[in-house]
Amino acid sequence: MVEKKKTAYWMTHLGLICGVILIFFPVWVAFVGSTVSQDDIIYPPLPLLPGPYLIDNYANALFKGGPEGYAGASQVPVIRMLMNSAIMAFGIAIGKIIISLLSAFAFVYFRFPFRKTAFWLIFITLMLPVEVRIYPTYEVVANLGLLNSYAGLIFPLIASATATFLFRQFFMTIPDEMVEAARMDGCKPMRFFFDILIPISKTNLAAIFVIMFLFGWNQFLYPMLLTTDPNMKTIVMAVDSMIPAGDDYAHWPTVFASAILAMLPPVIIIISMQKFFVKGLLESDK
Amino acid sequence: MEKRVFFKGWKLPLLLVTPQLIISAVFFFYPSGQAIWNSLFLPDPFGLKTEFVGLDNFRFLLSDSYYLASFKTTIIFSVAVTISSMLIGLYLAALADRLIKGSGVYQTLLIWPYAIAPAIAGVLWLFLFNGNIGLVSWYLKGLGYEWNHNLNGDQAMFLVVLASAWGRISYNFLFFFAGLQAIPKSILEAAAIDGASFWKRFMSVVIPLLSPITFFLLVVNIVYAFFDTFGVIHTITSGGPEQSTTILVYKVFSDGFVSQDLGSSAAQSVILLVLVGILTVIQFKYIERKVHY
Repeated sequence: MVEKKKTAYWMTHLGLICGVILIFFPVWVAFVGSTVSQDDIIYPPLPLLPGPYLIDNYANALFKGGPEGYAGASQVPVIRMLMNSAIMAFGIAIGKIIISLLSAFAFVYFRFPFRKTAFWLIFITLMLPVEVRIYPTYEVVANLGLLNSYAGLIFPLIASATATFLFRQFFMTIPDEMVEAARMDGCKPMRFFFDILIPISKTNLAAIFVIMFLFGWNQFLYPMLLTTDPNMKTIVMAVDSMIPAGDDYAHWPTVFASAILAMLPPVIIIISMQKFFVKGLLESDK
Repeated sequence: MEKRVFFKGWKLPLLLVTPQLIISAVFFFYPSGQAIWNSLFLPDPFGLKTEFVGLDNFRFLLSDSYYLASFKTTIIFSVAVTISSMLIGLYLAALADRLIKGSGVYQTLLIWPYAIAPAIAGVLWLFLFNGNIGLVSWYLKGLGYEWNHNLNGDQAMFLVVLASAWGRISYNFLFFFAGLQAIPKSILEAAAIDGASFWKRFMSVVIPLLSPITFFLLVVNIVYAFFDTFGVIHTITSGGPEQSTTILVYKVFSDGFVSQDLGSSAAQSVILLVLVGILTVIQFKYIERKVHY
């Protein structure tokens, strides 16, 4: 850029490294906490380097849900909750993508009665976060008999229009000649949808998938209210419930191992699909 | 914006929008309507029957000192989270933008906390500041500062702001960084040739050019602080001590689910609904005009 001074260059790196340390610090402490014994934690201060119990703690958490006798310990293997979270996150991501691809296709490529009305009805759902209509939604799910079920965890969270709008915006940028050519060749709408529209939307599909997966995986209040069966808990709410109100008697190595396991899948997804994620995020909110 | 070329027929498109309309109706419109409807009723203490009370729930809320306090708490909390996470995000983005090589590495290192659930972030910070065994609170004690966010409301507020802002830095960094990268370097070079210092260039060229993004981030971060921080509050303080960290969304939950005060909880939902509505309208107004200076 403009200046090329040595000190300015190193100050820039120094500033950024401080930022990176601030970002990493709590996660590093949690990682260290997941490799030491309970005693190392309850007699502070916690060491700053990992201890020898990494495999023990993770195996314990994953397959046994931690040692017995601690408040907040449900003895449900963490692997079970990771699976619940994965089903919920995939369900929400895929469900949202399917319904919004279909409706965005209809809005952009057709003229039909009540198109404007339908569009506005879907548009309004953008305005209300789930948290606001939490109690009535809970009742709906309960009345449908979907408490403690995957369907109950997935369907209420599909009802939002973010993905519909992203797809709509993207479809608008596709040149009209594409449809014209397809129609001239006698291509039926659904054929156009599957053979042309979906293949050229691949990057956008990936971007939306990442964002929706994170949205689903990180849900907290919803699964907390909709599931009472310990076997249906998702990992994020499970980590919270491992810490009882008088928090001294939690088995901290298990809490930390579970917390690390809870953040691993979304972090891996965000880093491995960084290009799509950044693109999707920057576009989704503009 | 409309396509000029489209397919014929109306049955197929109606069929295509049906799944989304059904899901929206069942899980969005019906519950939202229900929230508005419930806000006009008052259930008796035994939950046997409900009585129509019109706007009494709202009138009661607006004269309830706890509710008004929660409003104030929400404003302090949201402003603190928004400002701190935006300033740090902008600072880091400005630094990364100065680099010719390596800014991509920093981007990777800085954005991943976006993937961490607020509730998990809450657990991490809760441990660091745990009164008996926390790492940070232990060192603070060594310095002679007593930390106990279970008793001290200001400390509790500081902690929930810290945990919420921490997870939000990534998002703000990403948007500011993209915005900075989009500023043509020739403008900055021209200013430098005219003798403007780095700080001067930043304040009078970069900041105005970033104003659309800044405005957008303000709205989005406020919405985040209002709603998505539920997990942080719940894990760290559960709204305490003495409601000092009970933000509006947390109160909807604690009054509705914990205290079973459904009429009041529904009325609070409706008030929040109006607030989000206003924020969304502001956001869309801005998108139409694209704020350029």
